Formats: sequence, C-alpha cells, structure tokens
Amino acid sequence: MLDVSIQGRLGTFDLDIAFQAGNGVTALFGPSGAGKSSVLRAIAGLWRPSGGWIRIGERVLFDHGQGVDMPVARRRMGVVFQDPLLFPHMSVEKNLAYGFCGDRVLWDHIVSVLDLQALLSRMPRHLSGGEMQRVSLARALVSDPSVLLLDEPLTGLDEGRRNHLLPFLERLRDESTVPIIYVSHHREEIVRLADLVFVVESGTVSEELTPTELQKRAALGVRTESAMPHVEKGA
Amino acid sequence: MTGAAVTAIVFLSLQVALLATLISLPLAVVVAKLLSRPALPGKAFLSAVVHLPLVLPPVVTGYFLLLAFGRNGFIGSWLDVLGLGISFSWVGAALAAGVMAFPLFVRPIRLAFEAQDDRMNEIAETLGASRWKRFSTIALPLAWPGIVAGSVLAFAKALGEFGATITFVSNIPGETQTLSLAIYSLLQTPSGDRAALTLIGISVAISFGAIFLSEWVTGRLERRRNG
Repeated sequence: MLDVSIQGRLGTFDLDIAFQAGNGVTALFGPSGAGKSSVLRAIAGLWRPSGGWIRIGERVLFDHGQGVDMPVARRRMGVVFQDPLLFPHMSVEKNLAYGFCGDRVLWDHIVSVLDLQALLSRMPRHLSGGEMQRVSLARALVSDPSVLLLDEPLTGLDEGRRNHLLPFLERLRDESTVPIIYVSHHREEIVRLADLVFVVESGTVSEELTPTELQKRAALGVRTESAMPHVEKGA
Repeated sequence: MTGAAVTAIVFLSLQVALLATLISLPLAVVVAKLLSRPALPGKAFLSAVVHLPLVLPPVVTGYFLLLAFGRNGFIGSWLDVLGLGISFSWVGAALAAGVMAFPLFVRPIRLAFEAQDDRMNEIAETLGASRWKRFSTIALPLAWPGIVAGSVLAFAKALGEFGATITFVSNIPGETQTLSLAIYSLLQTPSGDRAALTLIGISVAISFGAIFLSEWVTGRLERRRNG
C-alpha cells in the first residue's frame, strides 16, 4: 500500500495532497498544471516536498517530521515520463540492462508482455515513438520496482500509436504485480486502465471515483477537470 | 635550416601540444561538468579563473607560471628537490601551453554537458545508478563530440602558443623551441625568411589537419548517435 500525504509550494499555488494506492492502477486525473506530475516526482524522490510523508507499507521513503528522505537510487521506483528518454547511445537490450535486477524470469516475462524480442538489438533512433515508450516501460519494470510511476506516457503519441500502446498497458495491468500510479489528463485512458481514480485540481485531491463513475459523469455532461480548459501553473 | 632541424622542431611541437592536451583533458572534463551545473556555488568565480588565460596578456600568465613552477617558485622548488623540475624544459612548455589552451578546451565540453536532458540523468538515478555510474555511462559518452572538439581546439591552441611559453621556459633550441618560437627566431634573423616560411606552412597544415580531423570525428559520432 502506497500512502502519500505531502505538501509543498508549486509555482503560484500550494500542493496539499493525500491519497492511498493499493495494487492495480491508481490514476491521478486532472488538468495540466494541477500538480499531478509533481506528486510522481515526489514519490520518485526527484522533488522534495516541504512537508508530509510517503510510505510503501513499512518502508518510509520520505517523512518530513522524522527527517527521512531516502535517496532516489534506493527507492526502487520505476519511472516513465511522457518522453521515453531512452539512452540514445545504447541498444534496446543495453537500455533494459541498465537497471536490471538480475531476475531472468522477470526479464523474459516483461520482454514477452511488451513484445520487445525483435527490438532488442536495435538502437533507439531506429524505433517508432510507441516502440520507444514500450522500451521505456520495460526498462523501468525489469529493475523490479516497488511501484511503477507513469507520467502521461501516451500524451506525446499520435492517436494510432496511442491505440497501439494501450493494449500493452492493459496487459501490464493484468499480468504484472507491480502497483501502477498513472498520471493523465485524458479521460478515455483513465477509464480504460484505472482501478481507482483521484481527481486532482489545483494541487489537491478533490474527489475519489471509480472509472465507471468517471465515465458516467462524462456521459451525463457533468463537469470534471478534464473538461476544463488546461491551465498551466508551472507544475 | 636542415631537414633534420625542421623535423626536430615539428616533433617537439607535436610532443608539447600532445602532452598539454593529455594532461589538461581530465581536468577540463571535470571543470566543464562542474560549470554545466546551474546551481554550482561559486560558479562565477570558477568560470572567471578558467577563462583568465584567455584575457590576460600571455606574458603575465607565463610570469605567474614562473612564480609557481620556476626553480625558486613555491611548487617548482619542491619539484627541483625531487628531481622533477620543469622550468626551461619541454614539459614546462607543455604546462604553459596547457594552461593557455584550457579555456578553449573547457567550453565545447561544457556546452556538450549543458545540452544533455537532465531527465535522462534522473531516469538513470531511479534505476539505481550511483553518481559515478551516471557520469561514466550517460553524461560522458553523450559528451564525446564536445570532448573531441575541445581536445582538437586545445591541441591547435597549444601548438601555436607563444607568449606564456617564451616567458616561462624561454626559447631553447632542441628543448623548448616549438614551431612558434622557431618562426619568431627565424624572423628576427637576416635571411631567415625562407626557413620561417617552411615552418609557417607546416603550422598551417597541422592546424588545418587537426580541425579537419575533429570535424570528421565529431560528424561520425553525431551520425552514430542520431542515425
């Protein structure tokens, strides 16, 4: 169980967010600039909140009160950004091997689920956007992370590539035991992938919904954050 | 001037420029990496120190080297005791050339580090990589084109160094008389023009060759990376 309760200053507004995520896919849904990505960065240790805590079960990653701030490299967080950020001078196989935990069974499973066998010897420059993102996902997963943090992984892709990658994410959700925190402002992705949705607005959780509830609201025309104009707030 | 004398001058110059480049390389990479960090404390001061040889009269830089590494200098006197004195030697000439070339060495490497996406470093960190692993496996290989470009610039600058070298190690034929110093001496000698022209031609050819090689290697590295 991932337990997050953090505070901090983000550009022009304060972040004060609390949620708990279990197994499966937990989505943080809301407009751009609401603070969702900063929450992921805080969990990964790439941004330091000014207060609160982040725990996974008994493991304390961050606790401002106790002065705990575990180094990024020891947190075991798998991170995938909107850009795949593959190491351009390494083949796909070497990218995967970079943080590989040593478990060959896990390697074979992830390579199979994401259908990467034929790509292993290629260099990143020879991959399509969707293929790069699959490699980025695999690179994070073969490091055997405690949690997989996905920050708008489909946003940079065109519709065709998004539709190509979504089934892979569904397979990951169904076949991987790693809890996933999924940040997006696209309702359709969330409805299709998430088990639980936290609606984030201006740095705080405004609602907790099931994907079905989110979909119903959209069908009824109820205003949710993704229907709002996207306001960049420097998050 | 005999062919053997010309060969000796060219060989000594290449030796001095090569040593200057090699001894500066590790320090240039470290300093470039430090200067590429946006929030480095004392960054302006470090940058000023690195760029000082570019703006100071070369004679002044040579004089500072003499104060530090001369026989009575605060470092040189100790080196002399250990039998490692470098004043009035070709190693001293390499030191002077290395110091003068240093700002030109650092700049392309710094730009190569600054051009890197910091999030790539963050991803490596989330994958458990230590600071050294991130530097040696991500930052350094991606900075190769800058390192090659800096090395060639430094080599070409070291090859042509004059003011600091003549101040620090003098102009001793066979020991510290590099191409630039030999050309200067020949131009001061009646009927030395012809020999000077030969050395000038060789200087131009070496410098052109070094820059051509740098462009070729950098281009290959870029193509290998970008497809």
